[in-house]
Amino acid sequence: MTIKGKAYIAGIYEHPTRHAPDKSTPQLHAEVAKGAIEDAGLTKEDVDGYFCAGDAPGGAWPMVDYLGLKVRHVDSTETGGCSYIIHLGHAAEAIAAGKCSIALVTLAGKPRTGPMPPRAAGAEADFEAAYGATTHNAYGMCAMRHMHDYGTTSEQLAWIKVAASHHAQYNPHAFLKEVVTVEDVINSPMISDPLHRMDCCVVTDGGGALIVTTPEIAKSLKKPLVRLIGHGEAMKGPRGGKDLDLTYSAGVWSGPRAFEEAGVTPKDIKYASIYDSFTITVLMQLEDLGFCKKGEGGKFVADGNLISGVGKLPFNTDGGGLCSNHPVNRGGMTKIIEAVRQLRGEAHPKVQVPNCDLAIAHGTGGLLGVRHAASTAILERV
Amino acid sequence: MTEAKKYPAPVTNPETAQFWEAAKQGKFLIKRCTACGEAHYFPRSICPFCFSDKTVWEESSGEATIYTFSLMRKSPTGPYAIGYVTLKEGPSLQTNFVDCDIDTLKIGQKVKVVFKPTDGAPLPFFTTA
Repeated sequence: MTIKGKAYIAGIYEHPTRHAPDKSTPQLHAEVAKGAIEDAGLTKEDVDGYFCAGDAPGGAWPMVDYLGLKVRHVDSTETGGCSYIIHLGHAAEAIAAGKCSIALVTLAGKPRTGPMPPRAAGAEADFEAAYGATTHNAYGMCAMRHMHDYGTTSEQLAWIKVAASHHAQYNPHAFLKEVVTVEDVINSPMISDPLHRMDCCVVTDGGGALIVTTPEIAKSLKKPLVRLIGHGEAMKGPRGGKDLDLTYSAGVWSGPRAFEEAGVTPKDIKYASIYDSFTITVLMQLEDLGFCKKGEGGKFVADGNLISGVGKLPFNTDGGGLCSNHPVNRGGMTKIIEAVRQLRGEAHPKVQVPNCDLAIAHGTGGLLGVRHAASTAILERV
Repeated sequence: MTEAKKYPAPVTNPETAQFWEAAKQGKFLIKRCTACGEAHYFPRSICPFCFSDKTVWEESSGEATIYTFSLMRKSPTGPYAIGYVTLKEGPSLQTNFVDCDIDTLKIGQKVKVVFKPTDGAPLPFFTTA
């Protein structure tokens, strides 16, 4: 059994807002749902599957009711920022099994307007909550150890932000549009050693949505055809404290699963959407996915290698979470959306990869240095 | 700064109560599985490695080395250092470094456990040895 080629992404929508004090969170979900359904050329009545994560107020059943959907398949898998990449795979499984034929996936929320509700405590709470793990320091701990083990430098990490900023200058909706230099990044204030302010992603309100459907329905619609040909998911945590190694992510498992199913290798990929909660997130995931050897990520990302039209692996051509958008502190949705734009040929002309027919969308969710999930999707233009 | 910081009291539960009772006596416990021999932290009743229920409490030396750390420069309670340490007995765990100069921490540095009071059982932290 495989999901290879059994599901197509027929609709995408990224909310243009980055700050939405005048809107409710359910409203943003509805707006992105409407956008993706219209992009596909479908109507709400066509949707028979719904996928959402922890950002959907109250979970799936209040959202299904609020949106006025009538569905026969739901999935509210919550794995932080990569939830939506996991949803894409699960939607493909459900479509392949005949459990639904037009799946809607939504993400929306407003962390820029106000604080997000706290996460429910896990089994580890008494043994960790007091130590103040935040996104910044959890990723900082990974970066510190990566530098120790492999000699990775702040300058090399900075190149990731520099590349993102080169792309963001062409995105009219990008939260940060200014092109920055390596010096700008390493001279920005230290937030949590060794990560500077410019190593960190933006905090934005907003959202995005996908329509995932059958090959037959996708072919009956007007958009260029983009299909899922490989998918993987995995989780990693300290697992009792044995053999702790914070220099790799669960991408070492989700990536090979996706590549194997797709029957392609990292060398075949023309465009990469890589979750960029922090610069170190990108560097570690590029290594884990096999774009370079473990420990050589620093050399790989340096000197503009991730800049479209300049380097070998154009990444996050919308400006990514580092510059454009990081709706609800969750980057997975926008990673899929920009990969689909690239495969459709709908990216900004200044960053569009020529003849882009194979792309990867990969992300992590949770805290890389504590407990996290990862998911990898390989997408192909037909 | 860390001396004045107020830490939350552990909620505790039947699976972990013995850990917190020992903490009140200044003892730092880990769990070891008598089936596979592996030690683990935080404590579980079922071994996370071999899934045996033959896990027993063991007092740790409290001696460890720093695996990694990050210095959070700003927070509502001031700067703090979070990190992972690897215990002499094997398991690694998340902690904060307290009662020491957090600007001079280094990976590989020797540290030891120290307890800090809460409104309930005291919490384990690490300080330079």
